[in-house]
Amino acid sequence: MTAHAEQTAQAVPGAVQAVPEAGTDRFDFVLGLADDALVAAQRLAQWCTHGPEMEEDIALANIALDQLGAARLLLTYAGELEGAGRDEDALAYRRDDREFRNCLLVELPNGDFALTMAKLLFLAAYQVPLYTVLASCGDERLAEIGAKARKESAYHLDHASLWVRRLGDGTDESHRRMQAAVDEVWPYTHELLAPDPTAPIDPATLRVDFDSVVSGVLAEATLTVPETAWKPDGGRSGVHTEHLSYLLAELQVLHRAHPGASW
Amino acid sequence: MRDLLLAGNLLHPLEIDVLSCNTWGMYGNDFPADDTAGGLLGEVEAAEMALRAAAERGRHGSAGADPAAYFAEVVAADQKVEPRDWMPEAYRATLIRQIAQHAHSEIIGMQPEGNWITRAPSLKRKAILLAKVQDEAGHGLYLYAAAETLGVSRDELVDLLLAGRQKYSSIFNYPTLSWADMGTIGWLVDGAAIVNQVPLCRCSYGPYARAMIRICKEESFHQRQGYEILHTLAHGTPAQREMAQDSVNRWWYPSLAMFGPPDTDSTHSAQSMAWKIKRFSNDELRQRFVDMCVGQAEVLGLTLPDPALRWNDERGAYDFTQPDYAELMRVIKGAGPCNRQRMEHRRRAHREGAWVRAAAAAYAAKQANKKEPAKQKEKVA
Repeated sequence: MTAHAEQTAQAVPGAVQAVPEAGTDRFDFVLGLADDALVAAQRLAQWCTHGPEMEEDIALANIALDQLGAARLLLTYAGELEGAGRDEDALAYRRDDREFRNCLLVELPNGDFALTMAKLLFLAAYQVPLYTVLASCGDERLAEIGAKARKESAYHLDHASLWVRRLGDGTDESHRRMQAAVDEVWPYTHELLAPDPTAPIDPATLRVDFDSVVSGVLAEATLTVPETAWKPDGGRSGVHTEHLSYLLAELQVLHRAHPGASW
Repeated sequence: MRDLLLAGNLLHPLEIDVLSCNTWGMYGNDFPADDTAGGLLGEVEAAEMALRAAAERGRHGSAGADPAAYFAEVVAADQKVEPRDWMPEAYRATLIRQIAQHAHSEIIGMQPEGNWITRAPSLKRKAILLAKVQDEAGHGLYLYAAAETLGVSRDELVDLLLAGRQKYSSIFNYPTLSWADMGTIGWLVDGAAIVNQVPLCRCSYGPYARAMIRICKEESFHQRQGYEILHTLAHGTPAQREMAQDSVNRWWYPSLAMFGPPDTDSTHSAQSMAWKIKRFSNDELRQRFVDMCVGQAEVLGLTLPDPALRWNDERGAYDFTQPDYAELMRVIKGAGPCNRQRMEHRRRAHREGAWVRAAAAAYAAKQANKKEPAKQKEKVA
């Protein structure tokens, strides 16, 4: 996985610098990564005090904090790229769902613990090679963020993989739930890796890493990938599921009730 | 955290008189960046030093033929009782009850604050609150581990909590109705918890004393964060200010009740004092808390909802209105606004997680079985 990611990384600095009008394209790209992290953090934070064991409450809060930390760095940078004076809070709290650029996967409701772990596995299997590539890209800020976030994502991947194996190869009930979760979430992985040659990093280049990690974990967990041609998308262009607007309503309610206030 | 410890040490020498109500104002701290616990952090540090010094002195002799006499000697010499030592059964039972209640309080206490994580009004506040609630889960686990050194398992204690046979702090049976409650819980509830817990850093039972030292340091950080939230609100828009005052109005008396019934009615105190599990009475600690809060409330620009609150020169302390102890007893007995909700929340999480825990156990057993035949082959060879 890493070997491939590093190879990809070699090719990227040129790609990043080759974008002539860096402003808009890179802003959209960074915003997409930021929103993935922010929405994932919000969903994971919803688990707090609901975890299946106390250690898991701590672990999920930890992962939520990592995602939130990455989101803040990325949103701040996105705001600077845009140059319109929007800081992390302006971007997080004062955009509507149509302006969010996150993938659909992260906004899906938490479901049971198996569904949350399926979402986390796929997200982390995407974020690890992505951040690895970023860590050595030509954009210094993104490289810094990537270097920090990839270590955290490696832990998220490890945590999710462990649970997917435990649940897949645990009891009959856990196997049934874990397989159902994979079946439900799998179609949303296509959007993560959909080719976009104009993006600073073409997500399609992460496909090899993603597939090798995910197929390994699922095989060990005695789980199968569902056969389906359905490939829901739209998140990157701001056309989301019905769930996102509710998530944002909760996230933004207090901030928006007090325009101009500091907290 | 390191900055905070440093500030605490610089501002408050170890022997500072924490009963001084003016500790806060004395330093002209009209900004929220100092040790709001009024030097209590210094006491924690002192307890830690005393703990080390006692360990270096070493305990004299050994239990020998009269373990009860030896136990009494260890306690009298301010040495620590350790898990392997003989101890009176009632001492063991008292500690289990107290440490378990403390652990349960940390776990249940995650709920009222967890209630605002998803709605925190800035990303920075969201991160801080999430980290704080995570700390509380960590404290819970740490305390359950301390209780386990007394020969009881965490599962047993959790079952007792879920069955309603062990209690948690009644303060968590009040609802968090506004964001300002995140500030007030930090300032008043964590503040009261610290005042209660700092003396426990010198508790005669070693594992508990050591756990409390670590926990008090983190709690004082929490308290400061809460104070800072309130300070920001109190100096914000009129609506924010109103939110802050309303919150303090709702939490002040329940916070005073956290110290328990008045000394005249406290059932466990005398024996616990003799065993050096408890070091100050409920009323002494409550007074210390009130004296600490008055100056801090002034700096915040918020009013403590007690018209009878005034300095008493003769006593060298503030006179104040006692909390409604009948209400405290009602809440303890289950009739608080959120008792049912908190317990049902905990039970539901436990119930809904059962299949996950079963899967983890089944998976672990399968992995162990896979290794077992390999081991047996080795033996045969």
